[in-house]
Amino acid sequence: MNLRFSRKHLSIPYTVFLLCFVIAPLFVVLYYAFTNGEGRFTVENFVNFFQSPNTIGTLCYSFAVAVTVTLCCTLIAYPVAYILAKSNLKKKTVLLVLFIAPMWINFTLRVVALKEVLTMIEGNLAYHPFFNTVVGMTYDFLPFMILPLYTALSKMDQSYLEAAADLGADSAVTFFKVTLPLSLPGLISGVTMVFLPSMTNYVILDMLYNSTYIMGSLIGSYFNAYDWHSGSLISIVLLAIIFILTWTTNGFQEEETDRGAIL
Amino acid sequence: MKNIKKRYLNAFMATVVAFVVFFSIHHVEAKETGNENVITLRVCNWEEYIDEGGWEDDEVIDLESGDIFGKNSLVKDFEEWYYETYGVRVKVEYSTFGTNEELYSQLNLGNVYDLVCPSDYMIMKLLREDKLEPLSSDFFDGGDEKHYYVNGISPYIKGVFETNEIDGKSWADYAAAYMWGITGIVYNPERVSGEEASTWSILTNDRLYRKVTIKDNVRDAYFPTLAILQADLLTSDDFKNDKDYSKNLSAIMNDTDKATIDQAEEKLKEIRGNVYSFETDSGKADMISGKVVANLQWSGDAVYALDQAEEDDFYLNWAVPEECTNLWFDGWVMLKSGIGDDTLKKHAAEAFINFMSRPDNVVRNMYYIGYTSAIAGGDSNLVFEYADWNYGAEEGEEDVIEYPVGYFFSGDNEDEEYMIIASAEQEHRQLAAQYPSEEEIERSAVMMCFDEKENADINQMWINIRCFNLSMLSAGQCAVIGIVVLLVIAVILLVVFGKRMFQGRAPKGYTRLGEK
Repeated sequence: MNLRFSRKHLSIPYTVFLLCFVIAPLFVVLYYAFTNGEGRFTVENFVNFFQSPNTIGTLCYSFAVAVTVTLCCTLIAYPVAYILAKSNLKKKTVLLVLFIAPMWINFTLRVVALKEVLTMIEGNLAYHPFFNTVVGMTYDFLPFMILPLYTALSKMDQSYLEAAADLGADSAVTFFKVTLPLSLPGLISGVTMVFLPSMTNYVILDMLYNSTYIMGSLIGSYFNAYDWHSGSLISIVLLAIIFILTWTTNGFQEEETDRGAIL
Repeated sequence: MKNIKKRYLNAFMATVVAFVVFFSIHHVEAKETGNENVITLRVCNWEEYIDEGGWEDDEVIDLESGDIFGKNSLVKDFEEWYYETYGVRVKVEYSTFGTNEELYSQLNLGNVYDLVCPSDYMIMKLLREDKLEPLSSDFFDGGDEKHYYVNGISPYIKGVFETNEIDGKSWADYAAAYMWGITGIVYNPERVSGEEASTWSILTNDRLYRKVTIKDNVRDAYFPTLAILQADLLTSDDFKNDKDYSKNLSAIMNDTDKATIDQAEEKLKEIRGNVYSFETDSGKADMISGKVVANLQWSGDAVYALDQAEEDDFYLNWAVPEECTNLWFDGWVMLKSGIGDDTLKKHAAEAFINFMSRPDNVVRNMYYIGYTSAIAGGDSNLVFEYADWNYGAEEGEEDVIEYPVGYFFSGDNEDEEYMIIASAEQEHRQLAAQYPSEEEIERSAVMMCFDEKENADINQMWINIRCFNLSMLSAGQCAVIGIVVLLVIAVILLVVFGKRMFQGRAPKGYTRLGEK
C-alpha cells in the first residue's frame, strides 16, 4: 500500500466528517421516510404529506415567513452593501465591522434583547406573532445578506459604470442596467442563505412566542411523538425544495452573469 | 485514470485504518479499566437535577441535627462513599437529558445507560416495553442502615408506587422515587385574584387575554384542558363524596376516547387563542419581568420562580386549581440493556439510589434544585428540619398558621410532630408548592402513559392546533396577502419579460444579442 503523503490526504478529515455526519444520517433519514412502523417500504408518508391540511398549511406559512424575511433583508441589506462598497477605503473596514459586529454577539442573547425591545414597542408580544417572527429573523439573518452583496458590489469593475456614464445613462439607468445585473450572483447567494434557514429555524419563532408551527417545528413535533417516519419525510421534502431552489437559481445566475458580461 | 482511482482508494483505506486504530485503542482502554475492578456506572439524569456542590461559605444550612454543606458534587461524593463503604471503586459517567422523549430516543440506541431518571409516564412506557431491570430484594431490606431509600421513603409516595401497576408490574418493584410534585398556577397577586387562579379556566379567562402562559408539551396541556371540559362534574359534591373518588378522577383525567380528544382539540384552540404563549422554560422569567401575570407551572419550578421573584422584592403566589391537579414524579430505574447480569454494577446502581436518598444528601439536592424529594427521612429528622428551617415562622411573628405535612412524613396528617408553624402567607407561597396540603393531594391524579394508538391521536390533535390553517385568517388579512402575492407576481413578470417589453427594436443594421 502506498502511504506516501500527498495533497489528496488533506481531504481525509472532511471526507470522514462528510461520511459520518452528512451522508450516513441522510440515508437513515431516507430509510425512515419511506418505511412504516414495521419497517416495510411504503409511500404512505409521502401521500399523507400532500393530503394533510396541516403540512400544506405549515408549508404556506413557512413560505410566507421566508419570503417576507428575504424581502425585508434584501431591502435593508442592498443599500447598506451599496454604501459600504462605494465608501472610500479608510472608512470601509470600520463600517463593515459596524454592520457585522452584531453577528459576533451570541444569538440567544440578541433574541432575548429583541424580545424586550419589541415588548416595549408593542406592549404585548403575543398580539403580533407574525410581525415579531419576521423582525427577529430579519435581525438575525441580515449579515448573511449583506456580506455576499457587499462582496459582489465591491468586486464590480468601476469601468462599467464609467462606460455607462460616457454613453449618457443617468444614475437610475446605470443602476438598473449595470449595477443590479452585476450584483445578481451576490443577491442570489444571499437569498439562498436567508430564505432556507427562515423556513426551518424555529428557535427564533419559539423564543418570540409565535405558537404557529413552521416546517422545522413540525419536524420536531413529529420526532417528539416518536413518529420518526413522518418527521423524516418532511425533512426529505424540504431537502427537495432546497435542492430545486438552489438548482433553478444557479441556472438563473449563470445566465445572468453571461448577460452581464456581454453588456 | 487508474492511478487516480488508486490514490482515492489509498485515501479511503487510510481513513478506514485510522478508524480501526481509533476504536481498538478505545476498546483496549475499556478492557484495562475492567481489570482493575473499577465499576463504570452510566447515569443519565435531568439537567440541573442534582447538587453539583461548590456552595458559597455563607450557604451552610444550620439545622439542629447538624450543618449541611455542599462542597463537592454529589456524584463525586458517591464515588468516595462507595469506596469507603464497600471497598470497590466506581466511576460514574454522569450525563443529562432535556426531555423524556430525548432520553427515550437515546435508549433506543441500545446499551447506553445503566441508571436513568425519567418521569412517571416514561417509566410506565419503559416498563411496558420490558426494558427495565427490577430492583433486587436486597434493596428492600430495611435491616441494613445503608439502605436509605427503603428506610426513608415517604409513606405517601410509597403508597402511590405500591398501588399503581402497569401490565401487572408494580411500579414499586422497578422504580425508586426521586422528586415529586403537582401542577398548579403561579400568579401575580396584584393583577390576578386567588379565586381566578384557583381554576384551570384561568387559561380561557378573557380578562387575562394574552397574559397567561401554558406549557409547550401535549401532556401538560391536555390535562388542564380535560379539567376545564369536565369542571362542573369535577367540582360537584356528588362526585367528590363518592367512595371511588380517586379512581373516577383518574379515569376522567386519563380519558383518551376519540370524542374526548376532539372536544379537547376545540378547547385547546380556544386556549391557544387566549394565552400569551406555549412555553417550555421562559414562563418563570416572564412572570418576574411582568410580561405575563399567571402561568401553568410544576410545583418545583414554582418554588424556584417564587424565590427568584422575592430576591427582587416581587411577590408571586401559588394556587392549586379546585378541579384537580396532576401528580407527577421522577424516579430512578435501571435498564436491562445496561445492567444485564452484572451483579456488581447492579449493586452500585442501587447504592447510588440509596446515597441520593441519604437525608443530608436529600437536603442538599432540595436546596440546590428547589424540587421536593420523595424521601421523608425515616428515623432521621433532617428533611423535616430543613422544611421547618426554610418556611417556619420567625420567633415572635404574630400572623401564623399551622401547616400539617404529616401525611408525607409519617402517614398521619394529624401528627403533631410534623406541623410547621409558618407565617400565614406561606399558605399560598413556597411551602404550599413544596409540600402541597393533604386536601390538594386528594384531588390529584397521575397521568398514565398512553398506548401507541392514543399517543398517535393525541399528538395528531396537538399538531392540528399548532399548525397554520387558512381559517385562522380574517378577511382583511386575506385581502392584504392577496395584494402582496399579486405584487410579487407582477414584479417577477416585469423582471423576466420587462426587458423585452420596454426594449425598442434594435437600430437598423444591428441585432440584439440573443435575438435571431
